[in-house]
Amino acid sequence: MKNNSYADVMARKADILRHSLGIDFAAFEQEHISFDYEAMMSAVGLSLDEITAIQRHTGVGDTPMWEMHNITSLARSVAKSGFGARIFIKDEAANPSGSFKDRRASIAVHTAKKLGFKGVAAATSGNYGAAVASQAAKAGLKCIIVQETYDSRKVGQPEILEKTRKCEAFGAEVIQMTVGPELFYKYLTVLEETGFFAASLYSPFGIAGVETLGAEIARQTRQIAGKDPDVVVTTHAGGGNITGTARGLYRENCRPLMIGASVNLKGLHMASDGHFNRKSFTTGHTGFGVPFATNPDRSDMPRSAARPLRYMDKYVTVSQGEVFYMTQLLAQLEGLERGPAGNTSLAAAFAIAQTLPQDAIVVVQETEYTGAGKHINSQLSFARQNGIEIVFGDPADEVAGKNIILPQEPSLIAPKDVDMDYLRKSLIRNNLAKLPNDVKPTEQDIEFLAQETNLDTQRVAQFCVDIVQNIV
Amino acid sequence: MVKRGTYVQIKATILDIGERAVGIPEDTAATPLLMWCKGKLTRDSEIGHMAEIVTASGRIESGILEEVEPITKLDYGQYIPEMAQIGGFDDEK
Repeated sequence: MKNNSYADVMARKADILRHSLGIDFAAFEQEHISFDYEAMMSAVGLSLDEITAIQRHTGVGDTPMWEMHNITSLARSVAKSGFGARIFIKDEAANPSGSFKDRRASIAVHTAKKLGFKGVAAATSGNYGAAVASQAAKAGLKCIIVQETYDSRKVGQPEILEKTRKCEAFGAEVIQMTVGPELFYKYLTVLEETGFFAASLYSPFGIAGVETLGAEIARQTRQIAGKDPDVVVTTHAGGGNITGTARGLYRENCRPLMIGASVNLKGLHMASDGHFNRKSFTTGHTGFGVPFATNPDRSDMPRSAARPLRYMDKYVTVSQGEVFYMTQLLAQLEGLERGPAGNTSLAAAFAIAQTLPQDAIVVVQETEYTGAGKHINSQLSFARQNGIEIVFGDPADEVAGKNIILPQEPSLIAPKDVDMDYLRKSLIRNNLAKLPNDVKPTEQDIEFLAQETNLDTQRVAQFCVDIVQNIV
Repeated sequence: MVKRGTYVQIKATILDIGERAVGIPEDTAATPLLMWCKGKLTRDSEIGHMAEIVTASGRIESGILEEVEPITKLDYGQYIPEMAQIGGFDDEK
């Protein structure tokens, strides 16, 4: 019988995942730090048309895109004359389980079924769990979701408890855990015990499934406006959303500025039991957004298919108060009750639109469903019960875990730029740290880092020198 | 006594304090990693005692029987007066 101690199970990680996914990641490894990303993505073995056909079969995708006339007008009213781009929103809440995550789940579940797996498992506290459960229900597969749900007092965010309920509504088993990264340990033991397919958020199947979202945005924007979008704003957490969307846009020869947006949770530690319930966003925040940008392979896959810095031109943060405010405006001005977490990109887009001329187009590339628990009122009530102050003021003064500052007026919505070069250097530094002593990155490694950071090889080489000399 | 076949929630300790991963925050390290699972009892059991369940995916799990026929308690929270000031009827425009 196998030893199931923490250390033993974690040591078997690569083996467990190879059996649970049908992909041998070792085949894509190249030099010291490089691997063949495109070859790994090709392991999905499906064209964009085939992926689209699979998604149509299970009701995924082909979601509507709406122009936000009233929010655009409000942005124009506070922008300088002639500015205020048209804001479009892709209503991903129209997917079967209520978010774009159905696209990610659909290809994983399809593959699991095709390969003869009896069930699928995923480790997630977010919409992805509901998506996997929904797709598994349709495919007649069993489903297990391992979820970080409670603090040590068994108190859970209403938003997460709603995800538990939704997964169970689709017939899934939900394993609820207290706070901590060792959730992954339980997940691995479940995969080993059941032999289920690892429907990871970060597998090539997951990311390939999002490419249809990018392709639809290109086609729909052309259809509605007769031109390409100038900017696509993506809520950014683990990086799969922006990666898949950008890849899909590129497939349609559409190259808008790709902007990632996260809720700023600076100061809150994601693995802290005490901080767990002091945040009002459980995804789409910097606690995932920054580490997954600078070290994508920290995910549950040996190599993550979500590699955000390859595709992100700009990265901004917004405050919790700004997102709650925009969520309310979306309901009150546009008659759309969505989010809240999915409206992170909308809050950013509202300000970004004001920097662009009125004929420009900014696409907010997702919405998500809302309901009891997963709602601004539920989350704000929970925050207030946990001692978080909710006030009107300048959101720039918000301190995550202490207060939520709703903008006193819409002109105060002002996303903050994250220094892209800082993120790129961090990614390079994290990679250089993998090199054995006295081993220098090869030409192929430098080329790989250039792709990873969307920089030219010369700048990467210079960054490497800077890092080695401890200048940065 | 809770009858065999009843839908329940059990609680189990996955990692004790001291077995937790290196490098996690101190407050988290000071607590055990706990798990809750739902399923049907495989035999008659008592609340607060060890019990065994079959889960929705057909797995067997055991732990302390904590809740019988657990429900989800979710709502739309309390009235949040600040929300009424955003784009709503408090707007004097």
